[in-house]
Amino acid sequence: MLNQTPLHAVHQEMGGKLVDFSGWSMPVNYGSQIEEHHAVRGDAGMFDVSHMTIVDVRGPEAKTFLQYLLANDVAKLQAQGKALYSAMLNPQGGVIDDLIVYLMEWGYRLVVNCGTRAKDLAWIGLQAKDFQVEVQERPELAMIAVQGPNARAKFHSLLAASDVAVAEQLNVFSGAFLSGDRAGWMVARTGYTGEDGYEIMLPQEDAETLWRTLVNAGVRPCGLGARDTLRLEAGMNLYGHEMNDEVSPLVANMAWTIAWTEGRDFIGRAALEAQKAVGIRDKLVGLVMRERGVLRDGYPVLVAGSDRQGVITSGSFSPTLGYSIALARVPVEIGEQAKVVIRGKEVDVAVVKPCFVRNGKPV
Amino acid sequence: MSEIRSELKYLSSHEWARVEDDGTVTIGITDHAQAALGDVVFVELPEVGATVTAGQEAGVVESVKAASDIYSPVSGEVIAINERLADAPETINSAPYDEGWFFKVQPDDLEELEDALDAEAYQASLSE
Repeated sequence: MLNQTPLHAVHQEMGGKLVDFSGWSMPVNYGSQIEEHHAVRGDAGMFDVSHMTIVDVRGPEAKTFLQYLLANDVAKLQAQGKALYSAMLNPQGGVIDDLIVYLMEWGYRLVVNCGTRAKDLAWIGLQAKDFQVEVQERPELAMIAVQGPNARAKFHSLLAASDVAVAEQLNVFSGAFLSGDRAGWMVARTGYTGEDGYEIMLPQEDAETLWRTLVNAGVRPCGLGARDTLRLEAGMNLYGHEMNDEVSPLVANMAWTIAWTEGRDFIGRAALEAQKAVGIRDKLVGLVMRERGVLRDGYPVLVAGSDRQGVITSGSFSPTLGYSIALARVPVEIGEQAKVVIRGKEVDVAVVKPCFVRNGKPV
Repeated sequence: MSEIRSELKYLSSHEWARVEDDGTVTIGITDHAQAALGDVVFVELPEVGATVTAGQEAGVVESVKAASDIYSPVSGEVIAINERLADAPETINSAPYDEGWFFKVQPDDLEELEDALDAEAYQASLSE
């Protein structure tokens, strides 16, 4: 039996094509993934992301605990509601998960992936034993992402004036609570599409009303298929693809998320320092193929001047660009061109920075 | 439910074949196949004049989600391909049995199609 979000019946009613997504019955599309993708780039779309795991951390040692648990440094979070992207590493320097951590009035809130939920909770619980902290999963919260150039305005149209003022003042990568009947709603200016918008964490009993109201406000329901092509165009990593327990953040374009604050001992630090001392041999790049065809996960990448192959970690057709793009982990000596082996045939690809589309425009 | 047409022959790999009045065979993929693939973005078709073999690969259809080989239900010479698919691959999603056809074959031996599934058998293969 698959897990269901509070919006499951609404997805069925609205024509969502439901698939097994890491043990959850989730809509992959509502008819056309490409049309949903374009709705987010050009107007406003929304995603049910209630399957993601929300974990609150409280207690006198919450900060020192997270400074030890996470590769980024929560000390960077100065203002309430501010968010930080971080890897959670194992002692070998592999990525257990990537997550967002928010500074809250009472501590911290983590949003982690659904496919890694069990191992994340086990790991966090194990590490928390040595600290005075309370770790609490929040399965009773739903989460809806509203994304696109018109997403914020359409969401604002549902709110009381005082809440609009709160939302309008939010900086990118910050969240805040609304008021009145919606006092339990946390609205964060975050997302996974490369567009402006919000991720709204709210009591599950409010989720269906919000979803229906957003539909009436002109926000298109989108499935997880479009979410994947949107994040790929934006060059954002997906756990299990660009990184996993055996892949270092240093070869996954995540070096910027490692805070080397002097004297801060975080899990995985020693391993990463050892990797740097030996030399980092791989990196994550973007690939562009203008010929007909589609780059896919797992296709080998041939790099001139290297006896090692690279590999595509995420590949797809880009609906915004009209040709295929990919993220690939490749030997660092890669130049501006490479070849990808597609079903036995070598095809030329251009090597670019791992970001293809931002705010609706090719980069 | 996906549409299955009674007058067509099918392969369990989700191709359909239609015998035309002139004895040629038109080939495409089923409604079930297009729905499973999702938005189609490219099709690789055999060239006109090429020879295809029953049960062998004759092309590739690529959606946003996946690449899938196309198998020919009959052996013979390719006499036409659907040029419209190059610019409008989404036709396969909107009209898989009509404007979304893939290619036409002058068959060597129409009896080969007797090994293919009829509508009922194809339907049964889907619910397995």
